[in-house]
Amino acid sequence: MTEAFEIFFTASLWGAVLRIATPLIFGTLGALICERAGVLNLGIEGIMTMGAMVAWMTVYQGGDLWTGLLVAALCGGLFGLLHAILTVPLALSQHVTGLGITLFASSLTYYVYRLSLPVSSTPPTIEPFQPLSIPGLSDLPFVGEALFSQTAPTYLAIAAILLVAYGMARTPLGLAVRMTGENPHAVEAQGLDPIRIRIGAVVCGSALMALGGAFLTTATFNSFFPTMVQGRGWVCIALVVFASWRPGKALLGALLFALFDAYQLRLQHVVEGGIPYQLFLMVPYVLSIAALIAMSRRAKVPQALMAPYRKGER
Amino acid sequence: MRLERRSQIPPSMLLAAPVAAMVVALALSGGLIALAGVNPLSAYGEMLRGAFGSRLSISETLTRATPLMLTGLAAAVAFRARLWNIGAEGQLYAGALAAAWIGHHYAPALPPALAIPLIMASAMVAGALLLLGPVILRLRLGVDEVVTTLLLNFIVLLFVSMMIEGPMKDPLAFGWPQSVPVERDVMLPKLMERTRLHIGLAIAVVAALLIALLQARTVFGMATRAAGLNARAAAFAGVPLATTLLAVACLSGAMAGLAGAIEVTGLKGYVTLDLSPGYGYSGIVVAMLAGLNPLGVVLTSLFVAIVFVGADGMSRALGVPSFIADVIVSISLLTMLVALLFTSYRVRR
Repeated sequence: MTEAFEIFFTASLWGAVLRIATPLIFGTLGALICERAGVLNLGIEGIMTMGAMVAWMTVYQGGDLWTGLLVAALCGGLFGLLHAILTVPLALSQHVTGLGITLFASSLTYYVYRLSLPVSSTPPTIEPFQPLSIPGLSDLPFVGEALFSQTAPTYLAIAAILLVAYGMARTPLGLAVRMTGENPHAVEAQGLDPIRIRIGAVVCGSALMALGGAFLTTATFNSFFPTMVQGRGWVCIALVVFASWRPGKALLGALLFALFDAYQLRLQHVVEGGIPYQLFLMVPYVLSIAALIAMSRRAKVPQALMAPYRKGER
Repeated sequence: MRLERRSQIPPSMLLAAPVAAMVVALALSGGLIALAGVNPLSAYGEMLRGAFGSRLSISETLTRATPLMLTGLAAAVAFRARLWNIGAEGQLYAGALAAAWIGHHYAPALPPALAIPLIMASAMVAGALLLLGPVILRLRLGVDEVVTTLLLNFIVLLFVSMMIEGPMKDPLAFGWPQSVPVERDVMLPKLMERTRLHIGLAIAVVAALLIALLQARTVFGMATRAAGLNARAAAFAGVPLATTLLAVACLSGAMAGLAGAIEVTGLKGYVTLDLSPGYGYSGIVVAMLAGLNPLGVVLTSLFVAIVFVGADGMSRALGVPSFIADVIVSISLLTMLVALLFTSYRVRR
């Protein structure tokens, strides 16, 4: 029992929390931006899968790691544009279109991957992002290993979420995005175009989702394999609800979630006595459902989420 | 340019929409096939041969269509009432597990005429129960059932993995993770000699007919449609929304669970983790292509099965990755959505 508790005092646990949280931070932030503008983007799972493959493939073909992330973000934006065109001006069902985007993006990803590389038993690898060593901070005992031995994209994710939190709350653009999610008619009355704002938000959000996937292949692992996203996209959608559509809380939610995940991974090695490992693996999904239930009454849903906007129609 | 709602939808367009969607999807995927250095037309020719070329390939296509028909019905029934059941994959596995359990432990004591219906019924109950949770959460707390059913798919798959490595592990399987087999007598009879085609196909077609009848001719069917078209107006008109949605959930989950039982008792005889190559998700495409019409599901499940079986054959012959089948199917979902839009709206300048 004490062993299970002692895990919390290992620096490697806290280091792992930030590493596990990074794709969730990107994905949750992306989904949050889309939903704040009033568009549910269930394409997230497929867009993350695609981002993972594209970033990996760019690096494998001789590109820079950062070029890989950039290409992934661009492709993510492209799929976001497809989702946006179908759901915003054409006003198709956001649920079904999003699922369609997920099915399309992931099947296209597998197809292109299989087309580019011959079948082999061990997937080819790349040289992934290495932990940044920050002079002074990284050498601190415990804190150094827990917080300051991360790869560069992790810091980028935290910077991105802080930037979006500020932008949403304090800039005219943020206000316009939030207003589009609450009342697009009011946006129109202000002389802004809600359609354009929604499309822009979905494109940017999808680019961030793709970065989340890209982190998996360029930092967490060093190869791409199908089904590697493992429902992380759906977890992000649940985290947005958990965070009540607020970026700051989304960061907290992602970290909390990653803490549970990192903890259960370590607990598996400590606990003896035949508890099936599958029960531990269920934890993230069960937690997501629990988070949805816990927040169901309190969540402040954007008022126009999933309500299509047609000019001149009420 | 703007969209204007049509006052009436010409019936010819309702039929043309799925055909147009499939043709456009095949044309777009043709570009991807060309990317593999293969002439798309010869690839599609090979696909047709792979799906229809011989007695064996025809039987394979029909065998593949069977679970798709049932998961397609699961999605069509639920979506009609705007109940977004994306959990057919999990419900299928729940049904399969229930079928294997009953088929192994209780079937030997019963005559097959009693055991087979019992297996099917238990699988349908398992699928329905799995969907009831998310639906109750939606009705009581307003939790979006899309996310909960999606997450449940992962939980169920892990549960299946746990069962077939643990309490339901087959001790005679040389360490392979597979469940105990069902009793030999309860395996479904074959429809064609020396092929894998079994009477599950007939069961699925009958299910489609029954659901079509239910939707067209009963109060429940009327309530379902009303709930889907405008929930507030339906409630105003006295439709019991909660009970209707719960009944729809039971029917939808039962269809997916039945798909699992039929896969187990019709083909393999036991449960493995690769029992379903995403039938639950493909079922959504089947339902959408059919415009949520249960009889249409029979036809569109055949289309999707042709694509999958045909792509396997084409992949062997021409070396195009068989993932092209998933690409074709997912593109046809998106093109179908756009095609449906243009049946009910027209573009005005």
